[in-house]
Amino acid sequence: MALAFDEFGRPFIIIREQEQKSRLRGLEAQKSNISAGKAVARILRTSLGPKGMDKMLQSPDGDVTITNDGATILEQMDVDNQIAKLMVELSRSQDYEIGDGTTGVVVLAGGLLEQAEKLLERGIHPIRVAEGYETASRIAVEHLERISHKFEFDTTNIEPLVRTCMTTLSSKIVNRCKRTLAEIAVKAVMAVADLERKDVNLDLIKIEGKVGGKLEDTELIYGILVDKDMSHPQMPKRIVDANIAILTCPFEPPKPKTKHKVDIDTVEKFQTLRHQEQKYFDDMVQKCKDVGATLVICQWGFDDEANHLLMHRNLPAVRWVGGVELELIAIATGGRIVPRFQELTPEKLGKAGVVREKSFGTTKDRMLYIEQCANSRAVTIFIRGGNKMMIEETKRSIHDALCVARNLIRNNSIVYGGGSAEISCSVAVESTADRYPGVEQYAIRAFADALDAVPMALAENSGLQPIETLSAVKAQQIKENDPCCGIDCNDVGTNNMREQDVFETLIGKQQQILLATQVVKMILKIDDVISSAEY
Amino acid sequence: RVYGLDLAVEVIQGDELLRGKWQGGGVDDACVDFLELSMLRMLNQNIEKLCLGSQIWIEKSVAHLPLVDHRVELFLIYVRSGRMEGTSIDRFSFVLLSPFEELECGHADLPIFGIFLQPFIFEARVPHRVDQQLLAQQLLLEGRGLEVASRGLKYERLFKDEATEEKGERAKMACFIGAMAIADLVKTTLGPKGMDKILQSTGRNRSVTVTNDGATILKSLHIDNPAAKVLVDISKVQDDEVGDGTTSVVVLAGELLREAEKLVSVKIHPMTIISGYRMAAECARNALLQRVMDHKEDPEKFKTDLMKIAMTTLSSKILSQDKEHFATLAVDAVMRLKGSMNLESIQIIKKPGGSLIDSFLDEGFILDKKIGIGQPKRIENAKILVANTAMDTDKVKIYGARVRVDSMAKIAQIEGAEKDKMKEKVQKIVSHGINCFINRQLIYNFPEELFADAGILAIEHADFDGIERLGLVTGGEIASTFDNPESVKLGHCKLIEEIMIGEDKLIHFSGVELGEACTIVLRGASFHVLDEAERSLHDALCVLSQTVADSRVLFGGGWPEMVMAKEVDELARKTPGKKSHAIEAFSRALQAIPTTIADNAGLDSAELISQLRAEHHKEGSTAGIDVITGAVGDMEKLGISEAFKVKQAVLLSATEAAEMILRVDEIITCAPRKREDRM
Repeated sequence: MALAFDEFGRPFIIIREQEQKSRLRGLEAQKSNISAGKAVARILRTSLGPKGMDKMLQSPDGDVTITNDGATILEQMDVDNQIAKLMVELSRSQDYEIGDGTTGVVVLAGGLLEQAEKLLERGIHPIRVAEGYETASRIAVEHLERISHKFEFDTTNIEPLVRTCMTTLSSKIVNRCKRTLAEIAVKAVMAVADLERKDVNLDLIKIEGKVGGKLEDTELIYGILVDKDMSHPQMPKRIVDANIAILTCPFEPPKPKTKHKVDIDTVEKFQTLRHQEQKYFDDMVQKCKDVGATLVICQWGFDDEANHLLMHRNLPAVRWVGGVELELIAIATGGRIVPRFQELTPEKLGKAGVVREKSFGTTKDRMLYIEQCANSRAVTIFIRGGNKMMIEETKRSIHDALCVARNLIRNNSIVYGGGSAEISCSVAVESTADRYPGVEQYAIRAFADALDAVPMALAENSGLQPIETLSAVKAQQIKENDPCCGIDCNDVGTNNMREQDVFETLIGKQQQILLATQVVKMILKIDDVISSAEY
Repeated sequence: RVYGLDLAVEVIQGDELLRGKWQGGGVDDACVDFLELSMLRMLNQNIEKLCLGSQIWIEKSVAHLPLVDHRVELFLIYVRSGRMEGTSIDRFSFVLLSPFEELECGHADLPIFGIFLQPFIFEARVPHRVDQQLLAQQLLLEGRGLEVASRGLKYERLFKDEATEEKGERAKMACFIGAMAIADLVKTTLGPKGMDKILQSTGRNRSVTVTNDGATILKSLHIDNPAAKVLVDISKVQDDEVGDGTTSVVVLAGELLREAEKLVSVKIHPMTIISGYRMAAECARNALLQRVMDHKEDPEKFKTDLMKIAMTTLSSKILSQDKEHFATLAVDAVMRLKGSMNLESIQIIKKPGGSLIDSFLDEGFILDKKIGIGQPKRIENAKILVANTAMDTDKVKIYGARVRVDSMAKIAQIEGAEKDKMKEKVQKIVSHGINCFINRQLIYNFPEELFADAGILAIEHADFDGIERLGLVTGGEIASTFDNPESVKLGHCKLIEEIMIGEDKLIHFSGVELGEACTIVLRGASFHVLDEAERSLHDALCVLSQTVADSRVLFGGGWPEMVMAKEVDELARKTPGKKSHAIEAFSRALQAIPTTIADNAGLDSAELISQLRAEHHKEGSTAGIDVITGAVGDMEKLGISEAFKVKQAVLLSATEAAEMILRVDEIITCAPRKREDRM
């Protein structure tokens, strides 16, 4: 900490306990921030693309996660550095907004930071760099719009959607059966999509996983799958044409929220109370029965007595069903969630064609399938796989694929993948750069170079010579004026991404560029870091 | 940039003392020679901490690293802050540089090894652990009181203090070593001559388990290596899913990784290995599918198949002495299920005493409970009510109810009312026309007495499983309310009696309505034997019930592995490109299983495997390892069979796990969660 002295040589204290705080200022601050950002990008760099590797993360509690998903890696690695945390945020916001491309966005930001460092060393003011980047990102986004294609699809022709989802899945461990999974994801999205409003509520797609079996057994269920079983072991395991009462009140004696006491002082009172209690249970079950329910799904627990009464009256019931699941069941079956027995009416019951219990493996695991619902707008993707980590990774991959399909329904423009879009943008930005007077020109050129970071990483991960491959592809793009040339990661023999069927969504790509630029701008603007000493 | 600080830099190089002057951001020429740029940057960053008169010593020393056969120059940097002259020395972290660019692995992703020399922190980039230790030793020898720790200190620290990051080669190495260590651990238990392990728990009583079951062994291990955790997980899933093959799956995954390690070391990319493994696994599965036998149509043959499978499974366990006896038990029990997968209806009761051969299958149901005093010990044509209700004090369940009285007389009244209530309840139960009442919860003395009076056999505190099974077996429903005696379904059985096994009295229900349920009573010398016998029998039952569902059968004794290895080898020959190495490696990994079986049996594995391979070159061979005679034998004649489903699960999940581990190129271990000290 630099000390300020007054005319008598005594130091001014400006910041409390300043001796124990470390401080970085000016260019040094920017450089150290940049190097932190780059370090994060370097970790993710090897996970990019179809030949990208996975990371193994061990949580503070010793649980192991193996993943390829940028957002998950960053979230779980528990970073301590402030700038690194910004990068984590960046990946997360891409995940929330788009769902896919979480690795790419970090790699791009890393590239931008690397270029910025060079510019700073040449004495260009960080704000000028930031402004140049801003201009360049606008150019790139507009250019993307120009090279994008409209992808026509409808409910019968889902092939284009499937192929885009396959591009996303090909970088994950599940690429063994990417076709099946992509189809499942697209079908699921189409089932819940509102094509007129061009909107998809992904909450209606439930992803449920169970270890055992193989990945190929993963299935799409037009209905809901609940990891619960019937409350009484002797209730029927299969119900056809079920009328479902969806309750959020327990089959238990009432527990008023206000504090109260029931005093018993005579034998009569004791007896009436007892009869009351019996009648209470009886009434509850009778009410369900009266409205014609053939299945009760309840958020709370059952008393033993109530449980038996339900069983006795031949009314199968499921207890302890989670709130989210309850909502999904209500949506799927067209029923209403009923908070009180008094409010049960026949109209509020949900309808389902088949409700069945299925058991797995040698343990007592059972799950409840609710299928052929009145309103098939809620679906479940049921994932099987060899081990827990595999299931978790598959869940994340499916989530990515679902997001991609949703984005396409919102906006059916696509750009070509394999780094071709980045290269094309880079070429466009580079050629525009010359038209800008002033220092920004350098920043814009640097932006073009930074865009190359993504195809470069792709080539590197695929075992190709990065610089050689990139320059060859770039030359080809300019020569043939064809923005579909990308990096041939799978060694197919052509680097035309149209022929390879590698697509990405336009909004995903645009978002990547915009988000990365924003974060880099933010990092560049920091010129003073004050942190308390650790010792 | 001028910070207004002038520092004297003294550099001791060997015996020669170089003096320099530090000015703001620069160092005199004399020092620049070996002060590398990044160190300068480090010093620059800390310059604000330095005050006028701070002293810096830089000392050079040389270490020899045998693994990379290279000499590394070390620069030790001492800083004394002028401000605190004499009293204490500031902490600075400086990079300890070595000209490691000359090393072959001088890659930016090298792990960084930190040596802590109080109060200075030095960091060195040293690629091998052995070298790190030597380096540390050397520094220790120099008497600097070093504290050595292998922490991932970085120039810009990203992670929390105790988090570590392992990258590239090192991460792969950690994965391979961890996975192989686990595989080697359970390897010796594989096959009919496999040995057992003793597991001692860390709990207070240090209980001991003796077992041969892979899943049980792995479940009880505390493992830190993340890759090893993946293997433990697949073994557990295998246990849950098919019940057997828990050791094979780990051994196969371990072998696949061992082969992969060799390939990685000759610079084949993991992704290439993965795609090779995938092709091989697919091919191996198809090979099995072609050779699979299905005798579902022929019940007689199917039953012998089941017998064979049961004997094969049991032969590697403690029950191998009496495997025929137990195989019959298991097959009978599973056949009674009539295709249902519900293993819960097979009850296993363990009673120490006697020998394993005294174990028996009982058609009825045995409940490990005693009959209440003064109640009939034997009931014929029993009508049973199975209940789950409170028979201690039937409390009023309405919340907040409590008794408040103002005289002793009233207490007596209410007590009387409570008793009446219980009496009424018992009356209701009795009015079902039953002669046996079984409750999940306790029955207090008072109602028990009432039951005895009514001549009803009352059994209290049957556990939950027992109740469910009883309901299933006797065909009754589990009741909790007793107001409608006419509509409650009662359970029936021909005879209830008290029987003695060893010294214990048990209640035996025979002639039950549903024939599905049965009980296997295990007898044996000690609890350890019984526990292991139960696990073995459970394995056998699981496999059998899975086979009933999927009746495809294969030969055992290393036969499936050899069949797969042959097909995979052929695929390797047909495949162009680097993938074929991976495919070949897969075939080698498959052959490792019969090799291990032979090794464990003390046979000459190399000889046997080559004979086996030659035998399998013939079309339709049924050769496998005959561990008893120690030669290649005909598996068909020997009657050694395995379920297809088990083998398929082993193959697929082992490949999947190997693939997952291979794809990893970086391990990030977060700082362990701090335990709060409750002291």
